[in-house]
Amino acid sequence: MTEAETETRQIRELQVGRLHDGPTPRGSQTVVFDCEDVHVHYGKALALKGVSMQVYKNYVTAFIGPSGCGKSTFIRCFDRMNDLIDSARIEGQILYHGQDLYGPDVDPVEVRKLIGMVFQKPNPFPKSIYDNIAFGPRVLGMKDGLDDRVEHALQRAALWDEVKDRLKDNAFGLSGGQQQRLCIARCIAVDPEVILMDEPCSALDPISTSSIEDLMVELKKDYTIVIVTHNMQQAARVADMTAFFSVELRDDGGRTGLLVEYDETTKIFTNPADKRTEDYVTGRFG
Amino acid sequence: MTSAQAAEAARVSINLGASNRRDRVIGGIFFGFLILSLAVGLVTLAVLIITTLIDGVPYLTKQLLLNPPSADPAKAGARPAILASLYLGVLLIAFAVPIGIGTAVYLEEYAKKERWYNRFLEVNIQNLAAVPSIVYGILGLAFIVRGIGLGRVLLAGAIILTLVVLPTVIVASREALRAVPDSIRQGAYALGATKWQVVRRQVLPAAIPGMATGSILGVSRGIGETAPLLLVGALTYVAINPSLFGPFTALPIQIFQWIGRPQDEFKFLAAAAIIVLLLMLLTLNAVAIFLRNRYQKKW
Repeated sequence: MTEAETETRQIRELQVGRLHDGPTPRGSQTVVFDCEDVHVHYGKALALKGVSMQVYKNYVTAFIGPSGCGKSTFIRCFDRMNDLIDSARIEGQILYHGQDLYGPDVDPVEVRKLIGMVFQKPNPFPKSIYDNIAFGPRVLGMKDGLDDRVEHALQRAALWDEVKDRLKDNAFGLSGGQQQRLCIARCIAVDPEVILMDEPCSALDPISTSSIEDLMVELKKDYTIVIVTHNMQQAARVADMTAFFSVELRDDGGRTGLLVEYDETTKIFTNPADKRTEDYVTGRFG
Repeated sequence: MTSAQAAEAARVSINLGASNRRDRVIGGIFFGFLILSLAVGLVTLAVLIITTLIDGVPYLTKQLLLNPPSADPAKAGARPAILASLYLGVLLIAFAVPIGIGTAVYLEEYAKKERWYNRFLEVNIQNLAAVPSIVYGILGLAFIVRGIGLGRVLLAGAIILTLVVLPTVIVASREALRAVPDSIRQGAYALGATKWQVVRRQVLPAAIPGMATGSILGVSRGIGETAPLLLVGALTYVAINPSLFGPFTALPIQIFQWIGRPQDEFKFLAAAAIIVLLLMLLTLNAVAIFLRNRYQKKW
């Protein structure tokens, strides 16, 4: 056995060893998002093609893949954040509990109330810790019991004990990991059903990363979580389902992302069906 | 020491002494040039201020602040001009700031950049900033004083100065809006905020310090303007206090008029009036600097 192969095997054992109990059988899970042949264009460039998959309730679903594979583009389709980019155009269908997310009567603002998002870089508002959490409830008119709502959100995000004595302090004074948990709390404060996380740990140190991962496992009891990550170990540690995206070169020299394989995380990391997935998860590519 | 070790030692011998004298000389000359450029500005300013102070301070009296202008230099003051300049400043803030900020918010937050009319607007605002102020004066004379028949009144002067100052305010406000990171807008949208809520509750509060600073600097430029006011009919002799729809003069015009008088005393009065004008402008700029330092956000 070569050195590389030994290492690969060790990594796999590590990943499998750290997997949690495993998801409940997929057949019995409620489908939250049902995507059918989703294409995303930026102007004339096709950024993502032909994605069909289902996201299940109370699962952590991870999107992995090399840079430019469209995983971030795809996750932003779920809360219609791509609407904010003038040149973005989406084809295909995404059903949210059977309702077309891109239907003519759908208001993106309403969509985003139910489907929250946490970004790559912590982006607290330039306000106090309290006002950061209270912003969402305030703009959505959930003004009753605001203090309780803020406390509850901070507790769910495992931040309450660290900040309860300085709720009036500016959020910029928090560490990067605390800021990211603040952003998760901000998201929880408006009672979403789904939390989308676009590489939430890529700007954080390993200890903060670990606390956010623990949080995801904890939060999936109440929320459906979709996470984009560059870190395969992270997907292996927290995700029930994993989707592997890859890139292909277009004739015009641009890159188009596509979904290669989507399955239970254990299967993706130990027995992938596609050669490209295997190459990626064993570190031979990307 | 083997020959290999010797060769290695020779290879790594490091020269920490000065090399390349020529570059150093050129660098020195360049630095000298920078100091000289700076000196031109500073010396000019110092000479101006010192000569003005020498001439003007003895005449900086209650008489200057409280008396109306007069043909007798022993009685002449600049009260109507000082008051009119203050009024103009207040009206400028009231007109130019909301319109300027409104335009900037539209261009930065609402306008779709690929639409031709938005690009057209942008280019035009940049061009307007370069239009000489006397041209605004002609415009004001034609359209405001005569066109809508407002007459040669203070309000007409304020409207013209607003037009002069607007491009500056718009450009400064846009800079301030652009300095608000997009991640803040995205974070607010992701929580289900509407466009109006995002702009009103996140973007504007974060941009206000920068917008205030830019606006004040623009307004202080407007208060110092002379040419456009001359054209819309600011008079050189006004003995009564200014009112919105009455005839008016302004400090720069009073100064201009006094300088043209043959008597030496009027020149000294002009110097004293310059000091008053400078103090007004310095106060405004100080407020701008205070706002910037106090509220400026670091991202």
